Amino acid sequence: MTTLPILSILTWLPCAGAILVLLAGNARPHVARWLTLAFTVITFALSLVMLTQYRIGPGGFQLQENLRWIPGINTSYHLGVDGISVALIILTTFTSILVIAGAWQVIKTHVHQYMAAMLVLEGLLIGVFCAMDALLFYLFFEAILIPMFFLIGIWGGPRRVYATLKFFIYTFFGSIFFLIGLLYMYHRAGTFDLQTLWNFPFTMKEQSWLFFSFLIAFAVKTPMVPVHTWLPDAHVEAPTGGSVILAAIMLKVGTYGFIRFSLPIVPDASQHFAWLIIVLSLIAIIYIGYVALVQPDMKKLVAYSSIAHMGFVTLGLFIVYMLARQMHDIQTAQLGVQGAVVQMISHGFVSGALFTCIGVMYDRLHTREIAAYGGLAKVMPWFAAFWVLFAMANTGLPGTSGFVGEFMVILSSFSANPWIALFAAYSLIIGAGYTLWLIKRIVWGTAPTKEAASMPKLNAREAWVLTAFAVAVLAMGIYPWPLMHLMDSSVAQLVTHVMTSKI
Amino acid sequence: MFSLNDLLVILPELYLTAAACLVLLFDVFLDDEHRDATHWVAIVVMLVAIFLVIRGQPPETVTAFGGMFVRDHMAEILKVTVLIATILMFVMARPWLKDRKLFIGEFYSLSIFSVLGVMFLVSAGSLVTVYLGLELFSLPAFALVALNRESKLSSEAAIKFFVLGALASGLLLFGMSLIYGATGTLDLHAIFAAIGTTQHLHLLQFGLVFLVVGIGFEFGAVPFHMWLPDVYEGAPTPIAMYISAVPKLAAIGLAYRLLETGLGPLAGDWRMMLAIMAALSLVVGNVVAIAQTNFKRMLAYSTISHMGFVFLALSNPTPEGYASALFYAVCFALMETVAFGVILALSRKGFDCDMIDDLKGLNQRSPWMAGMMAIAMFSLAGIPPLWGFAAKVLVLKAAIDGGMLWLAIVAIICAIIGLFYYLRVVKVMYFDAPAEDVELSPKPDIALRWLLSINALGLIAMIGFSGVFFTWCQHAFGV
Repeated sequence: MTTLPILSILTWLPCAGAILVLLAGNARPHVARWLTLAFTVITFALSLVMLTQYRIGPGGFQLQENLRWIPGINTSYHLGVDGISVALIILTTFTSILVIAGAWQVIKTHVHQYMAAMLVLEGLLIGVFCAMDALLFYLFFEAILIPMFFLIGIWGGPRRVYATLKFFIYTFFGSIFFLIGLLYMYHRAGTFDLQTLWNFPFTMKEQSWLFFSFLIAFAVKTPMVPVHTWLPDAHVEAPTGGSVILAAIMLKVGTYGFIRFSLPIVPDASQHFAWLIIVLSLIAIIYIGYVALVQPDMKKLVAYSSIAHMGFVTLGLFIVYMLARQMHDIQTAQLGVQGAVVQMISHGFVSGALFTCIGVMYDRLHTREIAAYGGLAKVMPWFAAFWVLFAMANTGLPGTSGFVGEFMVILSSFSANPWIALFAAYSLIIGAGYTLWLIKRIVWGTAPTKEAASMPKLNAREAWVLTAFAVAVLAMGIYPWPLMHLMDSSVAQLVTHVMTSKI
Repeated sequence: MFSLNDLLVILPELYLTAAACLVLLFDVFLDDEHRDATHWVAIVVMLVAIFLVIRGQPPETVTAFGGMFVRDHMAEILKVTVLIATILMFVMARPWLKDRKLFIGEFYSLSIFSVLGVMFLVSAGSLVTVYLGLELFSLPAFALVALNRESKLSSEAAIKFFVLGALASGLLLFGMSLIYGATGTLDLHAIFAAIGTTQHLHLLQFGLVFLVVGIGFEFGAVPFHMWLPDVYEGAPTPIAMYISAVPKLAAIGLAYRLLETGLGPLAGDWRMMLAIMAALSLVVGNVVAIAQTNFKRMLAYSTISHMGFVFLALSNPTPEGYASALFYAVCFALMETVAFGVILALSRKGFDCDMIDDLKGLNQRSPWMAGMMAIAMFSLAGIPPLWGFAAKVLVLKAAIDGGMLWLAIVAIICAIIGLFYYLRVVKVMYFDAPAEDVELSPKPDIALRWLLSINALGLIAMIGFSGVFFTWCQHAFGV
């Protein structure tokens, strides 16, 4: 235990910052910007402090804080982190800085409100990753919708109102069944404490119902086929910063939910229905890959590719049952889960970077049509280099972060069933197809219009943001060991827990 | 006969009776220039009443006048909330009333009398007190709705409210007489005891139906909701705010006293009636609210759906269920005051900001007010981290614990439908451009702004204190 409640500080500091930023007012956008940047940097620094305080060896949940919240229903303000959440929190704090920097001059109206919404979003996302009480998790999980609703609705594109309402109602629809599931669990177990729920013996019938109540919520959030349709709309209409946060972090909340709820609380139902998730994941990987191929809009293309990549995450998570329970191959099962989490982090960096790139181009020509661009290699050579790097990472080229996670997931699914691996690996081909074709059209060739030929070069701010992403992508690709080491014991504990049947 | 002790027990009510008369008298001697004095005196009167209610609260339940009057923790919470809601109304109503030349002393004395009725109602220990309290509450409320006598809409609303209200109290009275006939007593505890031995079970159940109708009317639950939208729309906005908050709190007291204290053994009969009314209210309220263009009417239908949530909790006749219902009603009252408060703040002379379209682009004109309204809307929709979320969770939990999982599922499906119209208000405020022809109040009254802000920010802060408050609610029902 430490004396400093670092997780609470991490969660609430950005929210407190948001109040200050709001007070700065509309008249002083520059104050709002610098203040926000300061808060995100401090939060990032604090998350590194948290990393140093987290002891990797023993694993388990550390830095716990536990306060009474509503004793009448046995729910408490209980925070704690394990290796997986530490990694995701650092992803969040890191990406937030880049998002703020990326929005520096791009956002021109209501700057203080934009910055405040971003800060609140950051705080709530950190809260999701440290909540150890089911109701508290739900609180953060759903509260995220509010700032995101405003981000898309106020600063978004032409169809922003449609997109943001669809996003909000869709996600709310999913999560409210999750709430009923939580309340049912409380009805049975008498508590919302996650660790108690993990060990509570639910019957198979209960588990099945709970499994589907979780699935609706997390499948919408992740998103999985067939409830993914809100994502392309939301991405296309969201401002660049909103897209980056959405792709890089918010989608991970869904898969994180699988890790915290579906796998440990209803392991038997998860095993029973694992085939369903695996099939849906494979559909996402292959079918959505084809859908991405034909998109004329860059943002939509990357949005669909996000869905396909998240398919890898869900595949890696649910392949565990085949491996651990039917084949008793714990080592490979751990590999699968670890691959899934690595893929979550990696996709965070890669998709964030891609959306930032698209944002940079959008700021210059105000269109996201692929056909409007061309010949970037001549017009903006450095920028083109970044594009190619991130595109390669997106296809899973060795040496970039995209490779590590996908490779681990494919490897473990090969042990489970070569056919699954075959289909999953097929995505590498489609992924390469749509990404390289995109690169071909925008980076090579000649500029289709005069405006496209005379786009101004990258400015220093944009260059720094992209460099930061590039460093993260390459570092993870070349030397992923620290990340894997960080969550080794947590993943092992998860898999051991998942192994034991509750019935 | 009564003793001095009895008088001590009803001290807050005695005090308020005297104070209401004094306010009425005091106002007579003022000219229009000094009408503000009445305003401040009325507020002080209410604050003292809160003090008396809390300060004199005995740790255990006490009764007075041979069980006619009960003073317990539930009554305390309800009374304090009603008094707070009324103070909020006083402060928020002043500029609105002044602009419309309705700033008259009767407004204050009528309101205080009405509150007094609620205080008797929630403390009732016998059918007589229930009825007296209900009438004392309703009659001034009818008059308040008709406060603006030049407005046809107001008069229509008042007459509708009066006729339907009279019908409902008639039915309630009829039900009471049947119950009296079956048990031979008016005392609620005695009725409870007599049910076990009575020969006239059918007569009792017959009476029960009428009581439930009366309660349903008071809540505005479907199918007894028809008065609500018209009254909300027609009544002067501050009165609509009062009608949206206070009767709901009174109805919780009414329902608990009649159904639990009196007819508790018949819970098996009435809980299903409440469950059906809950389901109907949820569906009708949420679906019809979508079609509204008038903000006050939309809030009326939203109120109906929220009453469905309260019934959800009441259909689990355990202390936990009642505590959740109480929690929900208090939370709901304080959310409504914010929603109406913003409307009051934005209205100005000759213009009532009561269409949803009037709120267009509010974020560009008055970001603070837009923020307050957004808080109210998200809270009403039950989105965390706002107080409405805690209330919703508790109510759903009560329903599930009571074995009404189906009802909880109906409720959440309706909540998804309901989300749409709350979000539409937020959308209009934040994503639309301001309407050219709408001119809002340039600078709202300072007291109004502050109180409104405290009220709205309280909806966020209260999520942290939900535990404390829920413990009080549980304590009120002896958990």
